[in-house]
Amino acid sequence: MNIFQQKWMTGLLLAALAVGALAPMLSGVAGFPQWLEVVLGGLMSGVLYSLVALGLVLIFKASGVFNFAQGAMVLFAALTLVRLMEKMPFVVALAIAALVMVAIAWLVERLVLRPLVNQEGIVLFMATLGVAYFIDGIGQIIWGSDIYTLDIGMPKEPKILLEKTFEGGILVSMEDVIAAVIAAALVGALALFFQKTGTGRALRAVADDHQAAQSIGIPLGRIWVIVWSVSGLVALVAGIIWGSKLGVQFSLQLIALKALPVVILGGFTSIPGAILGGLIIGLGEKLSEVYLGPLLGGGIENWFAYVLALVFLLVRPEGLFGEKHIDRV
Amino acid sequence: MIYRETGQYKTTYEADQQLFPILQDRIFVLLVIAFAFGAVPFLASEYLFRAILTPFLILSLAAIGLNILVGYCGQVSLGTGGFMAVGAYAAYNLALRLPDLNLLVVFVLAGLCATVVGVLFGLPSLRIKGFYLAVATLAAQFFLDWAFARIGWFTNYAPSGSVSAPPLVILGWEVVGPVRKYLLVLGIVCVFALVARNLVRGAIGRSWMAMRDMDVAAEVIGIRPLYAKVTAFAVSSFFVGLSGALWAFVYLGAWEPLAFDVNRSFQLLFMVIIGGLGSILGSFLGAAFIVILPLALNQMPGWLGVEMSTALISHIELMVFGALIVFFLIVEPHGLARLWAIGKEKLRLWPFPH
Repeated sequence: MNIFQQKWMTGLLLAALAVGALAPMLSGVAGFPQWLEVVLGGLMSGVLYSLVALGLVLIFKASGVFNFAQGAMVLFAALTLVRLMEKMPFVVALAIAALVMVAIAWLVERLVLRPLVNQEGIVLFMATLGVAYFIDGIGQIIWGSDIYTLDIGMPKEPKILLEKTFEGGILVSMEDVIAAVIAAALVGALALFFQKTGTGRALRAVADDHQAAQSIGIPLGRIWVIVWSVSGLVALVAGIIWGSKLGVQFSLQLIALKALPVVILGGFTSIPGAILGGLIIGLGEKLSEVYLGPLLGGGIENWFAYVLALVFLLVRPEGLFGEKHIDRV
Repeated sequence: MIYRETGQYKTTYEADQQLFPILQDRIFVLLVIAFAFGAVPFLASEYLFRAILTPFLILSLAAIGLNILVGYCGQVSLGTGGFMAVGAYAAYNLALRLPDLNLLVVFVLAGLCATVVGVLFGLPSLRIKGFYLAVATLAAQFFLDWAFARIGWFTNYAPSGSVSAPPLVILGWEVVGPVRKYLLVLGIVCVFALVARNLVRGAIGRSWMAMRDMDVAAEVIGIRPLYAKVTAFAVSSFFVGLSGALWAFVYLGAWEPLAFDVNRSFQLLFMVIIGGLGSILGSFLGAAFIVILPLALNQMPGWLGVEMSTALISHIELMVFGALIVFFLIVEPHGLARLWAIGKEKLRLWPFPH
């Protein structure tokens, strides 16, 4: 097994990935413009996966909880917003939806996390599965279970770029570009929040060591509420973007399953990892879907991301940027 | 007064190390088994067999398999549904392509097929640990889902992907009707529960538990991680694959890949956690809880006399199910098996608690 631990294995893996990504173009299956189009599309959808993964990473970092309810939270946030928008202007609805997400964070901390403090990780994980079921059920009872269209004025028309460079240009969905910009802004804001504010510093302290943080007087409960609120707000943003792309419907919560390989590939505890992991997964998924899918009979996007992440983990068991774990007896 | 081990002296190692060291436990277990074989077939209604007893027994077997992996060896797996599917489709293909094979042999071979696949997907566990491994096992789940839906050979090129089991005949004994199906499943589950119980208290089970408690320390004292982890994956997948074959052949009869999707994996993990990690009895208790709970929730509006649409009922069911899971984890994170143990301890002291 030692061969996997060598540094050059990581380089080899990255090189193999790059070759795999470039292969369709080099082998002449696709021309450069088509290939570029697929790559751009992959990167854009990767950013959207990162958005969901970000919520997962935030919670895992601060409380060590692998939050399976993130997908349910995305759906619930989007449903709340969409149904409120039927009665009031967008800004008011957005504010109320944000408040609802904060309220959920507070309730989860009070009713679920606090009684389960000091339990094993797997028990906490199962508890968030229970929370996911609960939020799914109550969301559909309150807001209904139809498909709703969320229109916040995103341009639906794709744009043709670089017409002068290539014949026919390349199609880029403007919706994806805007989503990517929003996601980038969100990540920037989170980075600032974590690095420059007192609360952010407290969050990082809790992430490093629960007990040490508690012993110097950082209130653990409040930190958890803040972190769950922030990831609730991230879920809201993800819900808005995914909802306006696909419509707000039950299947929206399945994107949590798309975010899981992103998280393990990037490392559970790393925000840059979530972003880069999202880009790699999005890219790999799109390329494999377009160029590998037809060879294997289609439908491979459901598992390809997982297998990609699995191969990655064989070389780097803590993901790209995850904390190195030193085992001691 | 009745449940007390006073006067039961152990004078040999065999007596000290037997499966149930307390006489009352032995009698109780034998009574339960006798009741299940002798009395239940005459007492239970057809609905009880179809909706509760048969699925409960089959899922208990799967839960035992998962418990060996998660509870005894500490490797969290979310791919159980996929391994069940391997068992089901392997049994289907064996029965289809080798029609003369005895059905019991088919079941065992199906379990062995699942073992091979399980070992394959278990190998990464040597490098990947904790939640990383849990998510990585989802790769198995989704890949197997896809393979059975898309690769025509597995389903004998059935146009809709839905296949059905052949008639169940074992050495001339036709397994038709709910009672016979129940007896078949009960027999198999009893045998393999005994096997599991013996495995986990043997050398191999101790090496699994050492791995679970601290893998580095276990390695230092001379337990080979490769051997311990891979055997755990192998044994667990065998149980899960066998139960998958039973689930498909005996319970469903006709099925499609959706019957073994990721929700099945979560359901089994719930059983193991709620029943109790690292307990064979807990697997049964957890399976009973998870099988009965949705049925009870479904009946609830009828009992209360409230009219509700089916959609609303299913949403409320989801909600109550989630809430109950959280409630259970808070009240007793060590599962139903722990409650049982506490009850027994109380009973030993009763009525003189000193």
